[in-house]
Amino acid sequence: MDWHQLWTIVSLPDNIPIVGMLFIIPFFTWYALRQARANDRLAERLENDPDMAKTHHRKVQPFQKGWVREVAVWPYLLRMEFLAAIIVTIILMVWSITLDAPLEEPANPSLTMNPSKAPWYFLGLQEMLVYFDPWIAGVVMPTLIIIGLIVIPYIDANPLGNGYYTYKQRRFAIWAFIFGFIILWCSMIVIGTLIRGPGWMWFWPGMTWDHNRLIFEINRDLHEIVGITSQPWIGIFGGLVVGGFMVVAGYACHRIITATEFSRKILGRMSLLQYAIMQGLLIIMLALPVKMAARLLFRIKYVWVTPWFNV
Amino acid sequence: MAENNPSEVKDKPAAPAGGNGNGARSLLGVTIDPDEIKKKAQIDLEGLKQPTKTEVYKSIFRVKHDQTARSRTLGVLSNVFLHLHPAKVNRDAVRYNFTWGMGGISFYLFWVLTWTGVLLMFYYHPTKVQAFRDILYLEHDVPFGKLLRNMHRWAAHAMVLTVQLHMFRVFLTGSYKKPRQFNWSVGVILLVLTLLLSFTGYLLPDDQLGFWAVTVGTNMARATPMLGHEGPFGPELGMTPFNDVRFALLGGSIVDANALLRAYIWHCIAIPGFAAIFMIVHFWRVRKDGGISGPAPIMLEKEIKPVRR
Repeated sequence: MDWHQLWTIVSLPDNIPIVGMLFIIPFFTWYALRQARANDRLAERLENDPDMAKTHHRKVQPFQKGWVREVAVWPYLLRMEFLAAIIVTIILMVWSITLDAPLEEPANPSLTMNPSKAPWYFLGLQEMLVYFDPWIAGVVMPTLIIIGLIVIPYIDANPLGNGYYTYKQRRFAIWAFIFGFIILWCSMIVIGTLIRGPGWMWFWPGMTWDHNRLIFEINRDLHEIVGITSQPWIGIFGGLVVGGFMVVAGYACHRIITATEFSRKILGRMSLLQYAIMQGLLIIMLALPVKMAARLLFRIKYVWVTPWFNV
Repeated sequence: MAENNPSEVKDKPAAPAGGNGNGARSLLGVTIDPDEIKKKAQIDLEGLKQPTKTEVYKSIFRVKHDQTARSRTLGVLSNVFLHLHPAKVNRDAVRYNFTWGMGGISFYLFWVLTWTGVLLMFYYHPTKVQAFRDILYLEHDVPFGKLLRNMHRWAAHAMVLTVQLHMFRVFLTGSYKKPRQFNWSVGVILLVLTLLLSFTGYLLPDDQLGFWAVTVGTNMARATPMLGHEGPFGPELGMTPFNDVRFALLGGSIVDANALLRAYIWHCIAIPGFAAIFMIVHFWRVRKDGGISGPAPIMLEKEIKPVRR
């Protein structure tokens, strides 16, 4: 166990946000889900007691007759904002006094940094380069992430959970987002920062970054394993595999979407277009972990090889 | 003055002659009455004790800042910096646990970055000869230069984090739902702009870290389908290293002087400008869509209304 190597990575000033993220993201997830659970309990009580539902103010926060529902922005909100600004300033000051922004040697195109890493928030995309060609990992996927985020409000047909934390009323939406944000985006950033070393090779935490390390792994294309050797058939085979994945993933997503009576009800509210867009985005999102597993566990490089592009 | 009021001039020397015993004297035709001056000075001094009653104060702030609800409301509504706020908010929304304050903190960090960024611009030349030396100069010679650069970098990292957490919170509270769908989309654009701002700033020190990060990042642009010279159908459409989308980003086929200048202009002018416009829309829509989304009363499953198409 090479603690020094681990410390070298973790103590790099530019990696502070990632180390912070390891604590901050789980904390806020727990913080949100705890409030969600409190709201879900209240919702359950109200569902079971229609009389109470008629009179209750329907929040977990206390409320009594005669209390005002709204408070003046000055001073109740502004003092919070002012306080927040002061606290943020203090944190920034302390952070800036104690840790220096990194500065390497002057830019030198003839001396490649190894590993040369993107800024931390793009390490997820850089890590994706292991599993997909740059045109997918660097262009298509980021575009789809942006488009996918933008269309979320327009494909979410569930009217519940508008303006309060809840888990039970939005199970699928919350799982889908946590899967995309935490399991894919955040953990890929963590892999890119803590795991990937020289030559973008996989170094477990505590392994020494050995610049002379060689890995004798030969990546194969899927068609080579099956034994197809000539081109039109390679392309057709790959297309069938990718198409097959889409059918299977789409079926799996559909089963999850229609798992409960409630989710079937929400599905009934969706238009065909909404459903198609949601399925398309979910299938592409699932393609990432599937390709990761294929590469990391079975050393498969491409599943679909054509003269123009490889997937 | 003398021409306008000839009678006054004539009358004034006559006043001391009247002998009212207050010791008033006339100097070059101007009457000086010490008691009168003392009285007036006292009025001014009294005014200093209550600065909110002075004309200057009233002209700036226009409303009384006392404890009444009306004054508090006007204090927010008639102030240019505060008028984005409503006069009143949901009593539970001021608690920290609902919003986590991440949107506001992101905005504050944007301000910190704007100010530290403007100060950094005073010491920085976006040229291959000077850029790196300017950073050394900032770190070693400029008073508080190192603190300035550190603050700019750490605030940028912090902002990327807080913007993501803000998005996470908005998702978990379902705040993107009707009628706030469009504002979520504006927020996604702002998230992308935040990342681009940080990324373009990465190259500016012109050191190995930024150079290789931007090289890795822009190399992906080579592979853009149809628009990059290594992307699917790129060569077929006539893309070469000298006319594809990467060339447009870098102003050349390698990360060099033009790329530095382009990164500088995107970082300091273009993207902050776009971000400011989208922020205006974002904040405006928060108000127009009914203010902050919650904590809203819980809706029950049986209360779902059928969809209207």
